[in-house]
Amino acid sequence: MSEILVKIRDLHFSRGDRKIFDGLSLDIPRQGITAIMGPSGTGKTTLLKLIGGQLTPDQGTVEVDGQNVHQLSTAKLFELRKRMGMLFQSGALLTDLSVFENVAYPLREHTRLDNAMIRHLVLLKLNAVGLRGAADMMPSELSGGMSRRVALARAIALDPMMIMYDEPFTGQDPISMGVLVSLIRELNSALDVCSIVVSHDVPDTLSISDLVHFISAGKVVESGTPEQLQESRADWTHQFVHGDADGPVPFHYPARPIMEDLYG
Amino acid sequence: MISKLFDRLQHIGSATLKSFQRLGNGTVFLFKVIGSSYGLLLRPMQLVRQMYSVGVQTMIIIVVAGLFVGMVMSLQSYYTLVDFGAEDSVGVMVALSLLRELGPVVTALLFAGRAGSALTAEIGLMKATEQLSGMEMMAVNPMQRVIAPRFVAGVISMPMLALIFSAVGILGGSLVAVELLGLDSGAYWSQTQDKVDLYEDIYNGIIKSLVFGVVAVWIAVFEGYDCVPTSEGLGQATTRTVVHSSLAILFLDFILTALMFSK
Repeated sequence: MSEILVKIRDLHFSRGDRKIFDGLSLDIPRQGITAIMGPSGTGKTTLLKLIGGQLTPDQGTVEVDGQNVHQLSTAKLFELRKRMGMLFQSGALLTDLSVFENVAYPLREHTRLDNAMIRHLVLLKLNAVGLRGAADMMPSELSGGMSRRVALARAIALDPMMIMYDEPFTGQDPISMGVLVSLIRELNSALDVCSIVVSHDVPDTLSISDLVHFISAGKVVESGTPEQLQESRADWTHQFVHGDADGPVPFHYPARPIMEDLYG
Repeated sequence: MISKLFDRLQHIGSATLKSFQRLGNGTVFLFKVIGSSYGLLLRPMQLVRQMYSVGVQTMIIIVVAGLFVGMVMSLQSYYTLVDFGAEDSVGVMVALSLLRELGPVVTALLFAGRAGSALTAEIGLMKATEQLSGMEMMAVNPMQRVIAPRFVAGVISMPMLALIFSAVGILGGSLVAVELLGLDSGAYWSQTQDKVDLYEDIYNGIIKSLVFGVVAVWIAVFEGYDCVPTSEGLGQATTRTVVHSSLAILFLDFILTALMFSK
């Protein structure tokens, strides 16, 4: 396994009374695609926000490139974030700017490049995601899949060391899904970065990942390569990978016995 | 019975605590916004763009409202003053009422309804669509790029809008008094010029509108930034902006009037 880029140890995090993470520990290598998978509501997006320093844990540490994210000053955290790209589920494009200006935004904010250079870079990034022709469109004119591709171009604008993908496949038609799957794989190889994909879409995510962490009930349930996890005999992993309706995650939400409910 | 009483007491207590906590959060937010505003010196175009959307686009409603308020004031003053043979003072009555009270207060109320609610909705929607989060992850501080330009633009625009409101109101008043009621134009304007004091009336009015501007825009941007990012949460935040700003403006008007015009 290559060098570790993200190291999470004994992470505890709650929202109100609800415990999201209860002593979660995991490592993410500097190269390759690491998938973090689990059922909806297990806190996968929350984990990305904790890695990006947008949320603060109750306990435990998150280290990115050897720096404890939650002990950094705002200036240092922002410096670190310039080396992180994040693709939000909604795309999070700035709606008052065109596609071109959205991708140019981080370059204009953080570099002193002239307009000609910015134009070159933006068109190259847009070309990489196949949307050079959509440079003048506004975000409201894009489909969901196109928005995510523009957001991906923006996420790689500053050539980051890691890219975090928050549910990249949710709500995509098969063609957009195929495009995103191959883009993630190709960009990861071409840029030689660390890609973290958070998803609950089993077949597509496993097809592109090098390492997978399954999380449930605030902890890592099982980790390994996609092949190892597909053959896993652990009940929870089997249920999740094969989409069984009943198993360690029960079909019925906890309730009183039905006879008691029906007849008192 | 007693347990119900305790429940109610507990409910009141927790609601009060929540209100104070929100007020505290809002105050910290205000200081952060003020602290983030220096960056606008380097990016003046951001401020200009926001002044257009917050100030210039609010001007039509301000001008129309100012015109009618001035005209109504002129009619009402005339009907009262004519009984005492003091109808020449209509101009003074209109000008003082507008500059001291109606200009700042009505402008602020209209501003809260038009620009304040739009600010809350815009910022809240940016939060709901993760645009603010996206900026943070691009190492861009939304406080500097989104909140501060809107806040400063609102604070600068308010006194200007209030002055425009009062000026148009005085013109509207003269239109009714001179053209409709047949008063002498010279009397209207010379009495107004004679009795309106630059410091006591105009400056105090500007100070009032500046204070109302800070409060109305502060509430608007805070409600947007702090809203629950759902359609229901956004609707509630927009309503709160209009209600809280209006109440705060009326309350502050009483305090400021008591402080400024006490003899």
